[in-house]
Amino acid sequence: MEAREVGFAYRGGAEVLSGVSVEVTRGRNLAIVGESGAGKTTLLRLLLGLARPTSGQVLFDGRPVTSARDRKFRRAVQPVFQDPYSSLDPRQRVRRIVSEPLRALRACPRDEIGDRVAEALRSVGLPADAAERYPHEFSGGQRQRIAIARAIVCEPRVLLADEPVSALDVSTRVRVVELLKELSASRDLTVVMVSHDLAVVAALCQEIAVIERGRIAERGAAADVLGSPSHPYTRRLVESVPRLSRY
Amino acid sequence: MSELLSVENLSVRRSDGHELIHGLSFGLAPGERLGLIGESGSGKSLTALAVLGLLPPGLTAHGSVLLSGTQVVGAPGRRLDRLRGRAASVVFQEPLTALDPLMRIGRQVAGPIRRRRGLRGAALRSAVLAALEEVALPERVARAYPHEISGGQRQRAAIAMALACEPALLIADEPTTALDVTVQAEVLALLDRLIAARDMALLFIGHDLAVVAGVADRLIVLKEGSAVESGRTRDIVREPRHPYTRSLVDSARELEAELDRMAP
Repeated sequence: MEAREVGFAYRGGAEVLSGVSVEVTRGRNLAIVGESGAGKTTLLRLLLGLARPTSGQVLFDGRPVTSARDRKFRRAVQPVFQDPYSSLDPRQRVRRIVSEPLRALRACPRDEIGDRVAEALRSVGLPADAAERYPHEFSGGQRQRIAIARAIVCEPRVLLADEPVSALDVSTRVRVVELLKELSASRDLTVVMVSHDLAVVAALCQEIAVIERGRIAERGAAADVLGSPSHPYTRRLVESVPRLSRY
Repeated sequence: MSELLSVENLSVRRSDGHELIHGLSFGLAPGERLGLIGESGSGKSLTALAVLGLLPPGLTAHGSVLLSGTQVVGAPGRRLDRLRGRAASVVFQEPLTALDPLMRIGRQVAGPIRRRRGLRGAALRSAVLAALEEVALPERVARAYPHEISGGQRQRAAIAMALACEPALLIADEPTTALDVTVQAEVLALLDRLIAARDMALLFIGHDLAVVAGVADRLIVLKEGSAVESGRTRDIVREPRHPYTRSLVDSARELEAELDRMAP
């Protein structure tokens, strides 16, 4: 997956992204890092096909992404959102929520849907009886697991996650990061994550792209970008992280 | 020792009798910095509201909260109005909801200065500019509406308002949680400087152990409305005794470990 020199402007507005290029390589999880208003979520929306770049191109498997409705593309690229309270329909049972991509994308025969849902729930560490319950019966961390189960049920190759753990308490956050790491290794799944939390980024991603005011400030291997940041903005980001190890 | 804030056996109950905070006790001397740490639902924000007598309808406080010698629990609103601002003022998590969206920043900061110091006209205007300058906000912010400035600037304005009352105690409830990490670092440094200069006491409420440990000398760890551990920050961070505190510290360290390895 690749964004090539993409720019984006809302109608009548100034560009919120300009000349941004990022590459997603299979097996190398990518973090898109930056502060609020930098354009991280807009870039993620372009990669998801939910918005079209006003300049440049988004490519998947070397072909331009034209529509989010393209079934083959949608099966291969699935989103996870930040807030597990607003991203799950409170009126639907977990079974229905998790099976939605399968039904919408006609990804498997009807009689296999139950098994696929059970398998997805198992791989995110939820009990089988979760399928018959409603979202409000689960904690924030469990809800995010449900959202992840929905995203992986059609066996995508890329997971695009917008701040997937920032709404969670620290102990839950550690476990969900652990889960994403495990899934990306065991399922040949590449995670692209928008995050402002460098600790989470360091734990999960091998590649980092730092965005500042709609432009790429720095990108490269996570160890290089965090270990010896070359851009002053990246340096400031790394220095600003409050760390327990200092006390 | 004359305590600024003395909380004894504080409980907060819903109208159906369900208890949300169970028998919390702590004290705060002038100039001291105390951190309340816990995860969501642990009762830390409720504790702050109870200290100020600001619990939402349907919740009642029991026990004793002595703020500058005045009993807050069960006190009538008028007595509390005299206390709020002077004895203690508060900075909340989300400055966008703490500020009036229809009022220019300058007028909002002027409110407490006028009430507290009785200034009017030109003297009030220059006091407002001085207050903004203290939190490193440029003069033009005085004429801006809250939506016209950044989140960090809004939180600085909220801090300026809280400090304009010259309180003996500042209560900060997750004051940097809504801010970007570089802005958080700036606001924390600002708070530290202002509090030290005024020898104010601080009650700092947060969920991020590394943030709270950076500002507080002492910590109280809350879990489901009860204090499970309290002590000096250094001791708690280095040698947590309670299993819950240990899991909090371990999780935070585990998450940090990879970053520490890459960027020591």
